Amino acid sequence: MRVDTSPGTGLRGARKAGRYALLVLLAFVVLFPIYATLMQALKSGPDAIDHPKSLLPINLTLDTLRAAWRIGDLGRLLLNSIVVAVAVTAGVIVTSLLAAYAFAFVDFPGRGATFVVFLATLLVPAELTIVVNQRTIDSLGWFNSYQGLIVPLLATTFGTFLVRQVFLTVPKDLREAAALDGVGHFRFLLEVAAPLSRPTLGALGLFTFLGTWNQYLWPSTIITDDDHRTIQIGLERLKTGDIDKLNLVTAGTVIAALPIFIMLIIFQRQLVRGLTAGAVKG
Amino acid sequence: MNRRVRELPVATAMLAPSALILGVFVVYPLVRAIQLGHLRCDATGKRCREGGWGQYIDVFRSNEFQHSLANTGRLALMTVPVGLALGIGLAVLADKQIRGIGFFRTVFSSTVATSVAVASLVWFVLLQPEVGVLPDLLHGLIPSLKQPGLLRDPGTALPAVALSSIWASLGFTFIVITAALQSIPRELYESALVDGAGGWMRFTNVTLPMLGPTILFTSVVLTTRAFQAYGEIALLTGGGPDPERPTQTVPYLIYGQNSLVKNDIGLKSSAAVLLFFVLLVLALVQFRGLDKRVHYAS
Repeated sequence: MRVDTSPGTGLRGARKAGRYALLVLLAFVVLFPIYATLMQALKSGPDAIDHPKSLLPINLTLDTLRAAWRIGDLGRLLLNSIVVAVAVTAGVIVTSLLAAYAFAFVDFPGRGATFVVFLATLLVPAELTIVVNQRTIDSLGWFNSYQGLIVPLLATTFGTFLVRQVFLTVPKDLREAAALDGVGHFRFLLEVAAPLSRPTLGALGLFTFLGTWNQYLWPSTIITDDDHRTIQIGLERLKTGDIDKLNLVTAGTVIAALPIFIMLIIFQRQLVRGLTAGAVKG
Repeated sequence: MNRRVRELPVATAMLAPSALILGVFVVYPLVRAIQLGHLRCDATGKRCREGGWGQYIDVFRSNEFQHSLANTGRLALMTVPVGLALGIGLAVLADKQIRGIGFFRTVFSSTVATSVAVASLVWFVLLQPEVGVLPDLLHGLIPSLKQPGLLRDPGTALPAVALSSIWASLGFTFIVITAALQSIPRELYESALVDGAGGWMRFTNVTLPMLGPTILFTSVVLTTRAFQAYGEIALLTGGGPDPERPTQTVPYLIYGQNSLVKNDIGLKSSAAVLLFFVLLVLALVQFRGLDKRVHYAS
């Protein structure tokens, strides 16, 4: 509970009003780009030419969104992104569970050293590995394929680390008692450890999905055909040199952003948990 | 001993999928890129010969790399302090249980839902003088700004990219700092009050020190993002405007559509390895420099 020290209600009221005024002003600034994009996207074709800068919500229409959907083949792009993001998310959850389990519950020789090697890979940025990965994907014949987009992302140290942290909080006795009852590692993982880490898996899943969905550099280095383009790199096709068609770009942007906005509103808690996992406890 | 060895097969089976992926797509490329960074190739990029470790020094000293590195550094200097200050400011402002605060928190978090491509295209349109309102607005505020458009003027292109990046990262910074604020024990504020500390004193003596580890984390993340800037460059400026190319970052030098080293695996690898080292050094410097001033709650 907070202790209130404001001398009088008048001053307190003014302070409160000031805080609200500031909040409203800043909310307006942060939302302005989104509002402007929406208004441009919902503008009719003739209005886009006659009043290119108007952001007033009049004569709104879905025509531009429909046109962008058709011209940019956005349905296909979204489908590609969904396939890749879902596959990577499922894969990362499985590989993270398995590796985290080995590090937390299986006492094998060289465990500490192996874990350090795993952690060290966190330091290597994609900007470095892509030079060589591009060649690897080429030699596997995976240019312009879903495999190329999915397979390199199927394991992350971040996921392993996150799940291991949860597993370490499970009492050792629980595993030992289960072992005495003849419960093997895989069954213990499926029936005890994995269910216990469900909230963390939710955060990891959401995070992996978002990260994969938002990828830009990797898809743009291995995808050149229209069949496998993801939404992030495919949107650029709407960006022709033609100034009259900029409202198509905004419409495409709205269509690309909408699923993620909705998803994040639904999964707000998991998002915060995922983002703050590494941050708060120093 | 016996028991531990008996556990080896199950551990191997469980670690194999992750180890395989990380080995092939992280460890191998690291080692291979360091090797390839030695190669010197001809104009076609096909015939290469061993150039030795000296190539790293040559690439690092080259005008192209130095120019791109300086641009990247400038981008970081524009985005990190402003982004952090805004994130902290918004989080502190919204850290009060007043009516409607949930709405404001959602608004301030909202840009976390934008990808690099979405945020860049939003700002690309906003910054176009033909359709965007922002150029007019800024021209009204600062009349010396020229009209060709912020992205097409070599003096303002990089700040314009920075503006887009700051906005795009704001949601992330806000969420992380807000969570950290909520974990600060309220008793600390109460005892500061008892000691007669005013609002600003409480902010500098309680809030900021307690946020230390989080600010450090966020600053490392934001700096790394600036040094990895690729998508925003590709979509907003293409590294231009020419011939100054003030927005050509190191990742864009390596991977850009019209990159000089596009077909030269040797130069490309050495530039990528150098970028990796720059990132490592930056993270280390930030941890060492800030660590002393950071207060870790036990």
